[in-house]
Amino acid sequence: MLELQNINKYYNPGTVNEMCLFHNFNLIIQDGEFVSVVGSNGSGKTSMLNIICGSIAIDQGNIKINDLDIANMPEFKRQRRIGRVYQNPAMGTCPTMTILENMSLADNKGKVFNLQIGTDKKKFKFYRENLRTLNLGLEDKLEIPVGSLSGGQRQAMALLMVTMTPIEFLILDEHTAALDPKTAELIMELTDKVVKEKKITTIMVTHNLRYAVEYGNRLIMMHQGEIIIDKSGNSKTDFHIDDILDKFNEISIECGN
Amino acid sequence: MSYIATIIIGILEEGLVYAILALGIYITYKILDFPDLSVDGTFPLGGAVTVVLIIAGINPILTLFISFLAGAVAGILTGIIHVKLKVRDLLSGIIMMTALYSINLRIAGRANVPIFSKETIFENKTLDSLVPESFQPFLVLAILLIIVAFMKLLLDLYLRTKSGYLLRAVGDNDTLVTSLAKDKGTVKIIGLAVANAFVALAGSVYAQKSGFFEISTGTGAMVIGLASVIIGTNLFKKVPYVKATTAVIVGSILYKTCVAAAISLGMETSDMKLVTAVLFLIILIMSGDRKRRVKKSA
Repeated sequence: MLELQNINKYYNPGTVNEMCLFHNFNLIIQDGEFVSVVGSNGSGKTSMLNIICGSIAIDQGNIKINDLDIANMPEFKRQRRIGRVYQNPAMGTCPTMTILENMSLADNKGKVFNLQIGTDKKKFKFYRENLRTLNLGLEDKLEIPVGSLSGGQRQAMALLMVTMTPIEFLILDEHTAALDPKTAELIMELTDKVVKEKKITTIMVTHNLRYAVEYGNRLIMMHQGEIIIDKSGNSKTDFHIDDILDKFNEISIECGN
Repeated sequence: MSYIATIIIGILEEGLVYAILALGIYITYKILDFPDLSVDGTFPLGGAVTVVLIIAGINPILTLFISFLAGAVAGILTGIIHVKLKVRDLLSGIIMMTALYSINLRIAGRANVPIFSKETIFENKTLDSLVPESFQPFLVLAILLIIVAFMKLLLDLYLRTKSGYLLRAVGDNDTLVTSLAKDKGTVKIIGLAVANAFVALAGSVYAQKSGFFEISTGTGAMVIGLASVIIGTNLFKKVPYVKATTAVIVGSILYKTCVAAAISLGMETSDMKLVTAVLFLIILIMSGDRKRRVKKSA
């Protein structure tokens, strides 16, 4: 279970540009939930992910994983339990290293990086099988540097790499936004498959309302640092794109657009 | 031996000594993407440590290891200044380089310390008894070849270990290192330690070969190493099966050839730093490496 309790986050505190993003923000995510998060730009979606992962510090509040407060834990330590896929496909892989070397790196997460040889030959088959599940033919290109792959292929690898070792939470930060519609579809299907197979608790920020409605078992809409829609279970099944669009329009009118 | 052969051997010797330095700079510049100026201090650091130890009667081979460790310590300090105290990479190196200037003088006692009559890795009784007279002119070259080959293979091997993978990853995409639940700062410190250890070792070999410690050898060490790295890696960019470490060694020898050519054209020893700078500029322009490399990953 992941809990955000009374989170306060100000940008530029003490200056004329002071902006309050979160004021007493609360969110509880139960184990096994696949939460889609939507909202306009600046609504605090990505900031929320950054706060969970530790990329940005909070001013007040608690972040708890199964009652363990991680608010003061540095980002890299939190990543033991968390896997994150970014919007930019280049963020999840090392471009000058080969597919094989990238897989070996990912496979060693949570273990020590000592003076043992980096790539275990006994694991070749395991890596090939993993890559084969992507259906991109990468299993035959083990010695190719990842930098020469396309964005979609890299994103697929990034997804595979973060889910290779056991993690408790999968954080998806608009991970299909930089891809063409067909590749985005493919990555989304892969995501759904791996989340269901490994039963990982997932938080997905997306601007694609169709994905938000179709995938996952909970939907959250954020606006100005607050959750304004929170649907799960049956009420999510009955929730449609039009309902989200209506809410978007309502917000725009309120803001005077 | 003919005049030309002597010159060629001289160039090869110089090139190989600086190849060890270039291997160190390859780690910081190409792998870590860190412009590490502390090199200008760690190169003479190796020399200072070596002459003091040799005068004290320590085994010359042992001085290589001690210099290596001294360089590693200096690299760790540069890393701590950058990572823990959050000083910009270029400035961390400059701070360390400046501090090391005085530290080197403290260690050596003065700016120039000769060790001409002492035993070194190139001149000692064991070698005299083993090596036949006819091989004497090639002795220094042979010893250098062994050291350079050993260090190159050691680096190649290290880069294939798990720790080496992490080092390559941190220069490539440090977000991934964080994703692997590793502190990228620590990895950078390790990289700087290894790099400066190589540089100090080069300084130790240089001092033993030339027979003295001289504080000014550090000035421009970074530029010489960097020029070698850029020549080597650009020349062999499209050649398959040539490792970057091999390319860097060849680059260093080529660079020393260019310098020798400049001298034979009538330049004096006092012009050396000017030759170094101009050559480096020409190499930068020709290689197209002068712009801050935009990360291919972006």
